[in-house]
Amino acid sequence: MTFTRIGLRAASALLAVTALTGIAQAQEITVYCDDIGFGCVTMAPIAKRFEAENPGTTIKLETVSYQTIVESLPVQLESGEGPDAAIITDLGGLSRYYLDLTPYVNVASFEKEYGQVLQWLRGADPSSKAINGMPTSLTVNGAYVNLALFEQAGVPVPKEGATWAEWAEATRKVSKATGTDFSMEMDRSGHRFASLAISYGAELVDDKGQPVIDKGLKDAIEQFVAWHKDGTMPMDLWGAVGGATHRELFSDFLNAKTVFYFGGSWTLSQMDKEVGDLFDWEVVPAPCGPSSCTVMPGGGALVGFKHTKNPELVGKFIDYVAQTKNNAEIIAASVEIPSSKSLIEGGVTYPGASERTQQSLSTFIAQIPKMAPAAYRFQGWRYQRAMMNAMTTRISQVLNGELDVDTALDRIKQDVDLAIKAAGSK
Amino acid sequence: MGFRSQTAEVAGGIIVLPARIIEPVMTGLQKFLGIKRMPWVFLLPNLLAVLLFSLLPVVVNVFYSFTGSDRLYPSERPFVGTSNYATLFDCGNYFDASSCASDLFWRAVGNSLIFVPVQVICMIGVALLAAVCLNREIKGRGFFRAVFFFPVMLSPVVVALTWQWILQRNGALNGILMTIGLEPVNWLVFPNTAFFWSVFVTVWAHMGFYTIILLAGLQSIPKDVYEAAKMDSATNWRAFTRITLPLLKPVLLVVFVLCVIRSVQTFDELYVLTGGGPGSATMLIVQYIYEVGFAVQPRNFGLAAAASILLGIVLLIFTALQLRLSRNSQNG
Repeated sequence: MTFTRIGLRAASALLAVTALTGIAQAQEITVYCDDIGFGCVTMAPIAKRFEAENPGTTIKLETVSYQTIVESLPVQLESGEGPDAAIITDLGGLSRYYLDLTPYVNVASFEKEYGQVLQWLRGADPSSKAINGMPTSLTVNGAYVNLALFEQAGVPVPKEGATWAEWAEATRKVSKATGTDFSMEMDRSGHRFASLAISYGAELVDDKGQPVIDKGLKDAIEQFVAWHKDGTMPMDLWGAVGGATHRELFSDFLNAKTVFYFGGSWTLSQMDKEVGDLFDWEVVPAPCGPSSCTVMPGGGALVGFKHTKNPELVGKFIDYVAQTKNNAEIIAASVEIPSSKSLIEGGVTYPGASERTQQSLSTFIAQIPKMAPAAYRFQGWRYQRAMMNAMTTRISQVLNGELDVDTALDRIKQDVDLAIKAAGSK
Repeated sequence: MGFRSQTAEVAGGIIVLPARIIEPVMTGLQKFLGIKRMPWVFLLPNLLAVLLFSLLPVVVNVFYSFTGSDRLYPSERPFVGTSNYATLFDCGNYFDASSCASDLFWRAVGNSLIFVPVQVICMIGVALLAAVCLNREIKGRGFFRAVFFFPVMLSPVVVALTWQWILQRNGALNGILMTIGLEPVNWLVFPNTAFFWSVFVTVWAHMGFYTIILLAGLQSIPKDVYEAAKMDSATNWRAFTRITLPLLKPVLLVVFVLCVIRSVQTFDELYVLTGGGPGSATMLIVQYIYEVGFAVQPRNFGLAAAASILLGIVLLIFTALQLRLSRNSQNG
């Protein structure tokens, strides 16, 4: 009887200790990511492996829309809520919410692998040495061209170094000869337009972080409006939509309704899956403006947030994803351009991707050294999104005759100044 | 006798205990407050809910409209006086939006001033027509009543996306036009057609709700009035204008006010359908508030709050008007 009682007590104590230990070890973090490219789907196997290697931890990958990350997440963060970590694209704009991962990650490795991109996450503080996150993939703007239509029209494809104007001229000939709906299309996005603007000489932002409205921007807007007026570009994207709304019609390129589509590297996987060899296409080197042949860099970063209750787990997970082997696996699955130095130099094998897609990736990567300093400066600017939103809104108004180009330029400056004032800093 | 014994019976004696506690408390309260003040005790839970979820946000919003910065916490928001209102009202000429510092706000106000009356007139007209038709003895009446009400149950985003697929360049409507040999039209690219479809889509989406209210009003009109009119050889039109409309006036008034308030608040369908475009042709006030406060970064909560206060004042005027009209209607 006594023996049984002692046994029961011992068993109860053991159970209690086990339960308490379990409670102490059980940690869960939530990560917001979307389902395109380097996102929840491609990170899932790595997260599972991390959980297996770290018993008692749960990495909850929550798939949300890109709109949620752009519009809802900042409000959640401002109110001290939201996920523990997320893959974000407004790298500088959200900098004040980032957790400093320095105590939890391999700092030397992060500095070596991600160098310049880490600075984009540090916001307005150039002296900061914080590690705020892991840059996931680099994205590059660029143009997809329907070679089958060029061949059908008997028009030579412009060579590397061709200007925007030469591309417009050539694609107009092709669309006329083949009866294609439109010659050129560009996503309704300030980021895409910035490529054109910087290649026309626009600075967009100066070294002091102030908006720059110059002749380059004016020339680019005038050219862009002219293409819409003469039918080179459709009004559906920039003309038909208002406000800061992001819109794209990549389906037009997939359905061969446009000869030239200016989008970005993140749609390569979709292009590969949905078009493949149905028609002949390729990604072409960046068209040139009077100033440079640049496109905009971009990309996302997996960042942790200050309000998390499990900073160590957040840091540990991000460090795990950043390890070359894991990072390479996700990059390969998402068919994206790596942002880590060793993967850029060593190359990534994309199993399952067609030769055409591999070649397109090479073309995208080849644009990186040609990017103008203004493009990097604009990408890391805290008020980049304010300027991009102002450009989309105001250019659409010009296209609809509500503003002339000069007034639009004044309004862009005024919008960004108001945003800077609202943020309470100069 | 009734209440006490019923409670005991229904609850099998379990509720008797709290009743024994509550009763002396209530009796004590009644003695303390007096019988006239007792209703406030019963109203208190609801009053607290209204204070917490309706009045407090309004007060917070007013506070935000006088503060700056993109921070959310009140302690981090410096007082800027009437600067947000000054930004909104900084205009060379109020009839020319381009002369205003917040030109988009005034464009949105201008659009709303056209959109609201047009939409309300169309909405009430179509809903009344549908209600009159559905009130008649027609075949499949139940089916048609359901058909008119279905769009009300759809999410506004679903409504907008569905119509976007219909109206876009390669959409269903242009497909039909081309099948019958007509030229396709880019419906959402031109300001006038985009505005027309904005009204059409919002009317389509919400008319079912007003139709149901009007139908209930029509059914409450006694049939013998129409029979008497028929005996006097009154035409259908005369019966409609002399019997239906006057007797339906109180219901029409409610529908009118609800419709105006809903119309001023229009946002979701248009935001998805046109994003306020082309240019700013279909941008209404709520979209302006949303863009300034949430879509554009850094977020200008102060300016958005000031604009929403102004919108609130407009809605308050409409509500006061409704109270006045309904009082007049009751009086005479």
